[in-house]
Parts: sequence; C-alpha cells; structure tokens
Amino acid sequence: MNTNITSVSQTHSGTEAAKMPEQHYLNAGYDLKSWLLTTDHKRIAVLYFILITFFFFVGGLFAALIRLELVTPKGDLLTADVYNRVFTAHGAVMIFLFLIPSIPATFGNFLIPLMIGARDLAFPRLNLLSWYVYALSSILFVTVVLLGGVDTGWTFYAPLSTSFANGYVVLTIVAAFFAGFSSIFTGINFIATIHKMRAPGMTWFRLPLYVWGHYATSLIIILGTPVVAIALILIAVERVFRIGIFDPALGGDPILFQHLFWFYSHPAVYIMVLPGMGVISEVIGCFSRKRVFGYKFIAFSSMAIALVGFLVWGHHMYVSGQSVYAGMVFSLITYVVAIPSAIKVFNWTATMYKGTIYLQTPMIYALSFIGLFIIGGITGVVLASMAADVHLHDTYFVVAHFHYVMVGSAVTAYLAAVHFWWPKITGRMYSEFFGKLAAIITFIGFNLTFLPQFVVGYLGMPRRYYDYSFAPEWQIWHAASTLGSTVLAVGFALPVFYLTYSLIYGEIAGQNPWGAKGLEWEEASSPPAKFNFDKMPIVNQEAYAYDTPARGQTHFRGVTSRESLSIPPTSAETSHI
Amino acid sequence: MSLATPTVDTHATGHHHPEVRHQFDDLEQQHDSYSLGMWAFVVQEVMFFSGMIVCYFIFRYKYPEAFIAGSNHLNLPLSTFNTVVLLSSSLTMALAVHAAQLGHKMRLLQFLMATLILGSIFLGVKVYEYKDKYDHNLIPGYNFKWETESTTTEHGEATDEPESLNPALKMPPLAQQVEVFYGLYFILTGAHAIHMVIGAVIILIIMVLAWYDHFSPNYYVPIEMFGLYWHFVDIVWVFLFPLLYLVDRAAAGGH
Repeated sequence: MNTNITSVSQTHSGTEAAKMPEQHYLNAGYDLKSWLLTTDHKRIAVLYFILITFFFFVGGLFAALIRLELVTPKGDLLTADVYNRVFTAHGAVMIFLFLIPSIPATFGNFLIPLMIGARDLAFPRLNLLSWYVYALSSILFVTVVLLGGVDTGWTFYAPLSTSFANGYVVLTIVAAFFAGFSSIFTGINFIATIHKMRAPGMTWFRLPLYVWGHYATSLIIILGTPVVAIALILIAVERVFRIGIFDPALGGDPILFQHLFWFYSHPAVYIMVLPGMGVISEVIGCFSRKRVFGYKFIAFSSMAIALVGFLVWGHHMYVSGQSVYAGMVFSLITYVVAIPSAIKVFNWTATMYKGTIYLQTPMIYALSFIGLFIIGGITGVVLASMAADVHLHDTYFVVAHFHYVMVGSAVTAYLAAVHFWWPKITGRMYSEFFGKLAAIITFIGFNLTFLPQFVVGYLGMPRRYYDYSFAPEWQIWHAASTLGSTVLAVGFALPVFYLTYSLIYGEIAGQNPWGAKGLEWEEASSPPAKFNFDKMPIVNQEAYAYDTPARGQTHFRGVTSRESLSIPPTSAETSHI
Repeated sequence: MSLATPTVDTHATGHHHPEVRHQFDDLEQQHDSYSLGMWAFVVQEVMFFSGMIVCYFIFRYKYPEAFIAGSNHLNLPLSTFNTVVLLSSSLTMALAVHAAQLGHKMRLLQFLMATLILGSIFLGVKVYEYKDKYDHNLIPGYNFKWETESTTTEHGEATDEPESLNPALKMPPLAQQVEVFYGLYFILTGAHAIHMVIGAVIILIIMVLAWYDHFSPNYYVPIEMFGLYWHFVDIVWVFLFPLLYLVDRAAAGGH
C-alpha cells in the first residue's frame, strides 16, 4: 500500500529518489462529497487548514488598517467609530477564528491519531460536525463585518456591549458561541482519543510531548469555554431583553462580567500556546537529534500551566475595582505560572546543548519561538505586578506583550508546525531557501513591529486610540511599528507562494524526510494512508529515542550526504527502550 | 518510539464486529471511549451551569432581601410536584437503560415513553408557571412590576440606607433587585428547560431507532450515554429547586 517500511535498505537512502505512495488519504477520492462529508481526521484537518489560513489573512488585513491609521498622530484615515470596528474585527477574527483553532484543529486533528497509533479520532463524525460549526461561526463573523461590524472590542465589556454599543453585538456573540462549541467538540474528541485509543505499548510517558500539550489544552477547552459561552449569552440576554445582570443601571454588576470573561479568556491564551509548545518540543528534539531533556518535567509543566492558568484571571482586572487583596493573590499566582513556562524554555535549551543541530526551516521558527516567548513571558511577569500594571494597564505595553505571546509564540509555533509536517501532510518538500528566508523575515518584521510598542506603551500610549495628536513625539515609534508590520506581512505571505508551488513542483518528500522519531514519521507514509497505518503499530520505545536510527525512507534536503542525517547504516530493526 | 517489527494486531481495514466503528479495535474500546467522551461533555455542561450559578450567588450575596422576597413569591407546591415528576423520570430512564442491556425491546420502548411523558409533564408545568409570571407582571425587562409587601419591607427598604460616597456602590431599589432575581430565575430555569427539550427530542430519535432494532445487548451505548445526559439534567434541577424556590421560606413565614 505504501513504501515498504520494513526495508532496511531504504532507511538511510538520502540520495535515492523517493516515491509517492500509491494510495494515500489525498487520492482516496476527488469529488467534493469525499471532502465535505469525510470523517477522515486528516481530511478534516485540511478543511480546517484552508479556512483558518483564509481568516488569518482577513485578520491581518484589519491589522494593516490599524497600523496605517497610526502612522500619523491625527486620525485621518478612519473615523473613530470605524477604527473601533476595525480593531474589534481584528481581535475577534484572530482569536476566535484563527488562534484558538489554529494548531489543535489542524495539526492536532491530523497528528494525534498518527502519533498515538490510532486509525482515527474517537468520534470522527463529531469531528466533522465541529468543522461545520466552525464554518457556520465564520460565516456569521463575515456577515457581521459586511453589515458594518461591532465596536465593543473583542472583550465585549458590559455595560458598553449591553446598553451602549451600536454594532451587531448579538450576532457576533452567536458567532463566538458557535466557535466555542466547535472547540469544545474538538476538546472532547482529543480527551477520549488520547485516553482510550493509544496503540499497544504507547504508555502515557511514551507519548510525544506534542500530545501532552494537546491533552492539557483540551482540559482547558472543556473547563473554560462553557463559562465564556454563558457569559456571552448573558450579554445577549441583557442586551435584548433588558434583564439586569451586568449593567448597574439595571441592578447588575459589570465586574461580574469581567470575572466570567477572563476565567475563560486568560486560559484561552494557554489554549493558543500549549499546543505550540508541543510543536516546539517535537521540532527541537528532531533537529537537535537528541531526546528532549526532562521529558516528564515538560509533560507535567503543560498540565501545571493548564491548572494554574485557571487561577490567574484576576490579573486582567487590577484597575477594575477588584479588591486589592484579591489582586495580590492573583498577582502571586501569576508569578507561579511563570515557573512551568520557564521549565519548558530551560529544557528546550538543555536539549540543544551538545545536540547535533540542523538549522532547517522548522528549527529556525522554533528558535525564534523560544526567543520571542521569553520576551512575551517576562513582560507578562512585569504586568503581573500590580504597581507596574496600574501604570501600564491598557497601554501599548500590554498590546506588545500579548502579541509577543500570541503572534511571536503561537503563530511562530504554528508556522514551525506547517513547515515541519508539510512533507507529511502533502508528501512534497518546499523550497528550503524560501522557507528559511520567510522565517528570518518574519522574525525581523515581528520584532520591528512590536518592540517599539513596548516603548510607546511605557511612555503612555493607550491602546484602542486612533488619534495621538496630544503626543506627536510618539510618531517615530508608531512609524517603526508600521514599517515592521509591512516586513511581517511579507514574511507571512511568502509561504503561501512557495508552499502552494511545492504542492505541484515540490520534490517528493519520502516517508521520513527529517529522519524524525515518532509513529507519524516512522510508521506512516507521506501522505499517510486512509486509515493511517498499513499494520497497526506496537510501541516499545520512549519518545525521541534519537540514539537509535529512525525508520522510514529518509530524504533530508539541505544536508550534505556525508551526514545523511547521522543515521548509521546499522539495522533499523534493533530498538532500545 | 518505533516498533521492532510491525506486528499485526488488526489490519487497518480488517474484520470487525459489525457494531464496532472502523476506528476502534473492539466493542470494549468503543464503549470506554463513548463513556469518557460523554463524561467530558457532562463536565463541560457542569461548567456551563456553574457560570450561571456563580451569577446567582453573587446577587444573592448582594441582594439577600430581594432574593427572599422573590423566592417566596414562586409557586412552591407546583415546583415540588415538578421535582417529584422529574426525579421519577430519572428512574424510568435508568430502567430503560437496564431494559436495553437485557435486550427487551418492548420494555425499553415503554420506559422511554414513560420518561418522555414525565419530561413533558415537567415542561408543561413550567410553561404554566411562566404564564403565571406573565399574568402577574413578573417578566423582567418586559412588564415587571413589584409591589413591596409588608413582610419584606422591614429590612428590605434599600432606598432608606445612607447614601454611599461612591455612586457606583449605591444599592438599587428593592423592586429592581427583585427584578434581577426574576431575571436569574428565567435564565436558570430557561437554560434547564432548553436542555429538557433537547433531551425529549433525543428520546424520540432513540425510540425510532429502537423500534427498528438498531440496538442489541451488545450495542446499547447511545442509550446509556443519553441516560447520563438525562440524569445530569435532573441533577441540575436538584440544585436549581432549592436555590430558586426554597430561599429562607421559614424566616419569611412561608407564602
């Protein structure tokens, strides 16, 4: 059915031409029905990938409008009201339609069954339903934008959203509600799959750290998302029926909304970044050719982040009127959540120490992730201290901080995942030159965009202002930021071209182009067969056992044949625990 | 992580028990997966209602007098009857699952029917209660009118309290506080009723499937999973009933 994976002679044939498998999930059917009614987790992942990529660029378009407006101190491109709608659309589209589903719905869907040795997720039809619910939500969002948008900010703070905003608040809330449902379905699916569908021998501590990241993420999704769902429903109820819950004029409590909202929306940051951390663990292990250092610490730090992350939401509310004592507790717990995050960074660094490092495209993204995540994380600790936050709250310092986490970390990890698993998903290699170029441009453009925002935020520039003519000396920082965003746009746009090009003209990747460890590389063809494996795998090794040769036809572009991926020509049949 | 030899377990497209879906190895794995998935779903439902119940507690803490006044105005005998009806439906649901395990088709259908009828009675009574609130001008945000009663004015006259320096901390008048209580009453019971209606529709679907022999003693997992859902909805009511109907009845002297 696919390349003969038991053949030893092919395992280190870096120079031999690789072949596409005869049958794989992509050629299992070509008509529209075979895609739109598929229950194959890999096809659903591709469906998600298409929509998510589209909305990433829609969200980026709104970001471009924001940056253009801020080039000059005066509000001369957009009106105040349109500007409100633009930044709301930017936030809502990026968070609900891109960041939250990004890695779980695409790469989680595609890889979890492959990594644990299952034929599919536990509930394939629920999986398809979750895509349709997501698609419905995205249609509603587009409708809102076409009708004229909404001006509350993506946070829907009451009573602005319930009693004062003019936009299509209720429709936006329905859209966000559906997006939440979609991710709940995905979370339930992942939990059942990871618990019950692991191949024989795939114990919890042999799972790739990527799977641990998704497990922690799924817990956050099913524990947090319902709370924001009900908070948003209550906003709609108050707005439509004038039942007082949040608006003090109706007897409600506006701080209550903020509590309910951030109870989910802070952990939502970990929904975005935990799967990304999983990606980084895979990439660093593979391109350092070493077992990931401190496996259990990284696995448990994911769980710790998921659990402690639920107890820090109050750090969004230091200046909201929340009691100072509550603020102190939230501040302390926020410091605590930095510890498991730091453990991961130290362990990745230790993994690279004395490793055989290959600077392939995914590795470059992974390295920029580590750097940007450190900046995003440490500025988060600064904001977690109440005294600093009183000054920095709602300034561009906060904007820069969360973009370092959401774009610098989550999106960079997403791009690392795209480049790492692209050969597995499509069976083709992309241009390594353009890949590296895009990775470096993205890194430069990102820092040029958001480092100046730390400065201008520290100087006092408030977020959500479209006019800063009261302090025209800030223009230099905003101009630098807009310049950076142009560079960043080039970095994000480049992959669209060379990845699309690779679909047709790219070199055939072969089963295991990176020589990586893991069932998805060693036991499945590229692209994988319809039911993933020819023979169901049995696992007798730890994850990342890079001291033993990886199985599968290796085809490592950009590395001299002298190394041929440092795979010794010994028998691939031997394995160690 | 790799395997020594790709030992044959089950071929990817191999032979299965006809009721085992392609992604599972055997019935047991399928059953375990469905079970865990359903429990995960129930956990998410618990969090959904928890969000609302947190709102309830915040306002009960803020407006204790209004909650007593509002609660004592609700129909206790009718809701007690409804509680009994709903708990009985949990019993018939459990018996339905048992009948499915044994493969007794007719008994399964009878118990599902009984569950459906009891659920419908509950919803009918709920509709009557809502209608009653409408007639008495107790729909918040729509026609809400609250005449302060003598039993509750003793501590309840919030307007008599000294003016707070911070206008945001000023207590709203009692009538508005009671309106918040009724708002929560409709939101909580409404969310519960929507779950009941969804449950009733699923019972109908299961009955049709059972009629056409879709289930067997080997394959009754959808009925068992639905049973979990139905019990969960009942348990929600077990919380809502005291929270909404039984607030300080004794202190207020009953109604």
